[in-house]
Amino acid sequence: MTDVTTSASDTTELPRNRTDWLPLLLVPALALVALPFIGNPSSWVTLTVAGLAMGMMIFLMASGLTLVFGLMDIINFGHGVFISLGAYATLIVLGPLAAWGEADSLGLNLALMGLCIVVAMALTAVVGAVFERVIVRPVYGNHLKQILVTMGGLIVTEQAIHAIWGASPIPIALPESLRGAYVLGDIVMERYRVFAVVIGLAVFGGMELLLNRTRIGLLIRAGVENPEMVEALGYRIRRLFVSVFVAGSALAGLGGVMWAFYRQTLTAGMGMEVMVLVFIVIIIGGLGSVGGCFVGSLLVALVANYVGFLAPKLALISNILVMALVLVWRPQGLFPVARR
Amino acid sequence: MIAFPAPTPFEVAPRRSVIARLLSSDPPRSRALSIILIGIVAVLAATPFLFSGSQPLSTAAKICVFIALVASYDLLLGYTGIVSFAHTMFFGIGGYGVAIALERLGPTWTSVAIGVAAALMLSAVLAVAIGLLSLRVRAIFFSMITLAVASAAAVLASQMSTVTGGEDGLSFQLPPQLRPAFRLLSEPVFGLTINGRILAYYLVFFAALAVFLVLLRIVNSPFGRVLQAIRENEFRAEALGYRVVAFRTAASVISALAATLAGAMLALWLRYNGPDTTLSFSIMIDILLMVVIGGMGTMYGAVIGAALFVLAQSYLQVLMGAASASLSGIPLLPDLVHPDRWLLWLGALFIVSVYAFPGGIVGHLRKER
Repeated sequence: MTDVTTSASDTTELPRNRTDWLPLLLVPALALVALPFIGNPSSWVTLTVAGLAMGMMIFLMASGLTLVFGLMDIINFGHGVFISLGAYATLIVLGPLAAWGEADSLGLNLALMGLCIVVAMALTAVVGAVFERVIVRPVYGNHLKQILVTMGGLIVTEQAIHAIWGASPIPIALPESLRGAYVLGDIVMERYRVFAVVIGLAVFGGMELLLNRTRIGLLIRAGVENPEMVEALGYRIRRLFVSVFVAGSALAGLGGVMWAFYRQTLTAGMGMEVMVLVFIVIIIGGLGSVGGCFVGSLLVALVANYVGFLAPKLALISNILVMALVLVWRPQGLFPVARR
Repeated sequence: MIAFPAPTPFEVAPRRSVIARLLSSDPPRSRALSIILIGIVAVLAATPFLFSGSQPLSTAAKICVFIALVASYDLLLGYTGIVSFAHTMFFGIGGYGVAIALERLGPTWTSVAIGVAAALMLSAVLAVAIGLLSLRVRAIFFSMITLAVASAAAVLASQMSTVTGGEDGLSFQLPPQLRPAFRLLSEPVFGLTINGRILAYYLVFFAALAVFLVLLRIVNSPFGRVLQAIRENEFRAEALGYRVVAFRTAASVISALAATLAGAMLALWLRYNGPDTTLSFSIMIDILLMVVIGGMGTMYGAVIGAALFVLAQSYLQVLMGAASASLSGIPLLPDLVHPDRWLLWLGALFIVSVYAFPGGIVGHLRKER
């Protein structure tokens, strides 16, 4: 019992994780394959930018959900309602500050967007914390009840939105300087989509930094892979999880703001409508994987755009086809993380 | 000499009464529950004689259709323990099967049969495909994938307007025997003229009853026991040698077929089928509410849940309207009890049932026995 042999590998460096490049190459490969079919390079650029913007918005909405699932094995079917809440939160800001959006000043416009985002994220974070405490906590470890109870939370919250803001759709206007499009020669890029790409890339970059370069990110990743072990090492995985749940809700709120300005109409069901895409994306990406979620979002959005341009009839089921193909190739999704 | 034991007579299974056999030896097991169930069935059976006018008859027909639909969902949710969001898709396939066949091939019984048969086949193929694609990996994939597929189906149905009538849906003629002008008997029975509409109601009633009893038989068969074993402990069931994927897929196919039949019944009753009557996501939520509030894994919960829900849908709003009017002047409160917000309260009841009464109303009644 006492003579524990130290392993010889003490001095040698740990083997590095091999990066799985294949799924990462899918997106550029897809874009390149689409080019000859579309023919016209300028429409190709327009479609690609539009697809990237769409993908970024889906990523914002999906990333929180996939992390929550990976970390605590919780599937939150009520996630969509945070998207709607984030969207409706813009009304709190747009009500008193509508003049900022009409003003012809980039600074004021961006400040308005920033304020919308901050308010929406704060609201959804608070509601997310309540949701976790009241709805989700009693049903840890029981998928069936989680699905049911989060659906119940979705119904109640959606109805509460109806009760507070009314049931009819509400139009909202984009700030002045985000309307219209940049035109470079033949290439047309809507300003708002470029804005969405910037925000999406910033969030993705921030998340990757947080997850891969900080201590808390290390704990989150460790928790995704083996929660019991992290707990055994003395970390309070509960607290970690609650903060991830709250952060995920806030990200959904951010996605909701972006989605609301993109659609320019608010309905309480808008979150649930986009949840279908969100689920497809996290299944494609592999449950629990942020990188996979990013690749999946771009893949789904680009395919939808290209197919919509080439064969509009097929576009309706293109998402399902992409998902089916990915699942045939890798049944656990592109980057399987959570092995449960 | 070796004394052989006297040959024992064949074990005679204890004779079961007709009722017990009809109920597959799975009686309600609670006096209150039995009384409520008998009451619901009796009222449904006698609705044409008890109430006049078309409104109560339509409500009763809707309850019958939803009993079959919710019972088929209970097979999946309550007995197998998997959540599908594609149940309305199969419901819609049934409706569209009948609608398209009757519209294209003319109002005959042959077209009804063709429509139902084609719908059943399509549902079975789709259910197998979805099951094999998603249940192979993890049960939770199934929920998400069914949600995706169902929404694609809803979009598809509203886009393919040449076949499905798009958003407007399809109106069609029924076979002559089911039209209001048809008279089965020249004399009224108990003061009621037996016309085609009444016949259509009884067609729906007995079809729903048959579907319900068949489903009750299935969940009490050895097959149903395996499903419950999988629900309780998937790993152990697999270890005992049952192929979990095959059983789950089979359960989802059976439940899809029953939902298809329910859809066909609804279309026959309404003489119409469209995306909002059978395919919409809100119907899916209604089904979930009915199963959970009625009682998961009990089958009888479907009867109670469907009856309660459809009645609430029709009559709770009146109550809430009164409450809302009496609370006017107070901020927000009148909005919370506004007649359109009835789903808010059923949603809250739903959450409470999942936590506090996992067996729903039926489970609660059985415990109190």
